[in-house]
Amino acid sequence: MNLLRTACLLAKKDLYSELKTKQVLLTQIIFAALVIVVFSFAFDPANNTTKAVIPGAVWVIIVFAGILGLNRSFISEQRNDTIQGLLVAPMEAASIYLGKFLANFMMILVVELISIPFLFLLFDFKFNGSLLYFIVVIFLGSFGFIAIGTFLAALSANSKSSEMLLPLLLFPITTPILIGVVQATRIILTNMEKFSSALAWIQLVTAYDVIFFVVCFLLIDYVLEV
Amino acid sequence: MIEIKNLTKRADSKLILRGIDLSIRKGETVAILGPNGAGKSTLLKVLAAIMKPTTGVVKINGLDLKKNILDIKQLLGYLPHSSLLYDHYSPLENLVFFGKMYRVHDVEQRAIRLVNEVGLSFFLNEPVKNFSRGMIQRIAIARAVIHEPEILLLDEPHTGLDQGAIAILNNVIVSMKEKGTTTLMVTHDFKQAAEICDRIIIMKNGTIVDDFYIEEQNLGFVVKKYQQQVEGVS
Repeated sequence: MNLLRTACLLAKKDLYSELKTKQVLLTQIIFAALVIVVFSFAFDPANNTTKAVIPGAVWVIIVFAGILGLNRSFISEQRNDTIQGLLVAPMEAASIYLGKFLANFMMILVVELISIPFLFLLFDFKFNGSLLYFIVVIFLGSFGFIAIGTFLAALSANSKSSEMLLPLLLFPITTPILIGVVQATRIILTNMEKFSSALAWIQLVTAYDVIFFVVCFLLIDYVLEV
Repeated sequence: MIEIKNLTKRADSKLILRGIDLSIRKGETVAILGPNGAGKSTLLKVLAAIMKPTTGVVKINGLDLKKNILDIKQLLGYLPHSSLLYDHYSPLENLVFFGKMYRVHDVEQRAIRLVNEVGLSFFLNEPVKNFSRGMIQRIAIARAVIHEPEILLLDEPHTGLDQGAIAILNNVIVSMKEKGTTTLMVTHDFKQAAEICDRIIIMKNGTIVDDFYIEEQNLGFVVKKYQQQVEGVS
C-alpha cells in the first residue's frame, strides 16, 4: 500500500512540476505537430496509398515524443541531487520507478490524445476500423515502451551521454513491441478482415509488456543505488 | 541506537570503508572528522541507506538495515552537501511533498512552522531557484527535520553558510538533541564540532583512528588529537 501511495505522490509531483515548467509536454506536442505537418506535406493526403503511412506515423510520434520525456525523467532528479532525497525517504526503489512510470505514461497519453486526432484530421483519414481495439493497441504499446524506457532512463541517467545512451539501449529492447503494435495498428486501421492476425500481435505485445514491467520493477533497486 | 560491525564498502576496485566498528548511544551528538577521501561521507550514505554496504552489519534501534530499511528510513533525517530541493517549487511545496513521503500529520502547518523557524516566512511561496545559498540551506535544514527524525545525519552542514544560517542550524541541532535526537555530523569545521558535539570520531583511509569524548567545548584538544592522528604531529 505504501508502494502505491508514494508512487502516486511522486507521479503527482512530476506532473505538477510539468504544469509549472511546461518543459517536457510542450516540447513533445511541438515535436508531434512538426512530424504531422512534415508527413502531410511529404505524402499527398488525397492519394489512397498515403493511408498506409498513418500507422507508422502514429508510432513515430509516440516513440520520439516518448524519448523526449523519458530523457528528462531521471535527469531532472539530478539537479540538487533530489534523487537522494527520494532514496532516503521511506519508499522503495520500486515506488520511484512506478511513480516515474505513471508520470511518463500520463504525459505520453496526453500527447497521443492531442496528436492522433490532429494526424487523422490532416490526412483526412476516415476511421473504418474498431476504435476500441485501436485504443487498446495504443495503450498497450505506450505502456510497454514507457515501462522499459523509464527503467532504461534510470539506468542511463548517471552516464555523461545519457541522451545518446537511452535511445541506443531502448530501440533494440522495444523492437518486438514496436513491430507488434505497428502491425496491429495497420490491420485495425486499414484491413479489419485480418483481425485475428492483429489479435495475435496484441497478445504478443501484452505478454512482452507484463514480462518487462515485472523485470524492470524487480531490477530497479540495483539501478538506483548512488 | 546505532551499532556498526565490520562495515566495509567497495566501489569499483577501491575499498572506501575498511572494517568500521562503531557504537553510538541515543541522544549523542557525534562529529566525524578526517581528511578528504577518508570515507566520512560514504559512511553517512551507508547509514542513510543510499549506499548498500559490501559487508558488515548496521543496526539502528535494534533493526537491521538490510531487513528493515523502510522502518529505519522513517527514523533518519539526512542533510548532504546538496539541498535535495526542487528548484521550481516553493519552500512550502518542497516541505509538503517530503512531509507527505514521511506521513507527517498536519504537514502544511508543520511546514509553515518550520519555514518560520528558519526565518524565511516572507518567502514561503517563492520558488527556491531565486534563493541565495544560505536561504536554500535553511530550507534544506527544514526538509531534513520535517518528520522529526530520531537520527540526524549531516554532511558538512556548515559549509558556505553565513553566521545567521550557522546559528539557525546549531539551534536546530541543539533543540533536536534536547528532544533526544542522535546526530552524526561529518565536518571540517573543528570549531563547530567542538561547540555542538560531545563526541569526536576521526577517520583516515576508511578506518576509525580515534574516538573520544570532549568536555567544555575544548577546541584545542580536538585540534591536537586531529593533528596527532592525521598529520602525524606528536
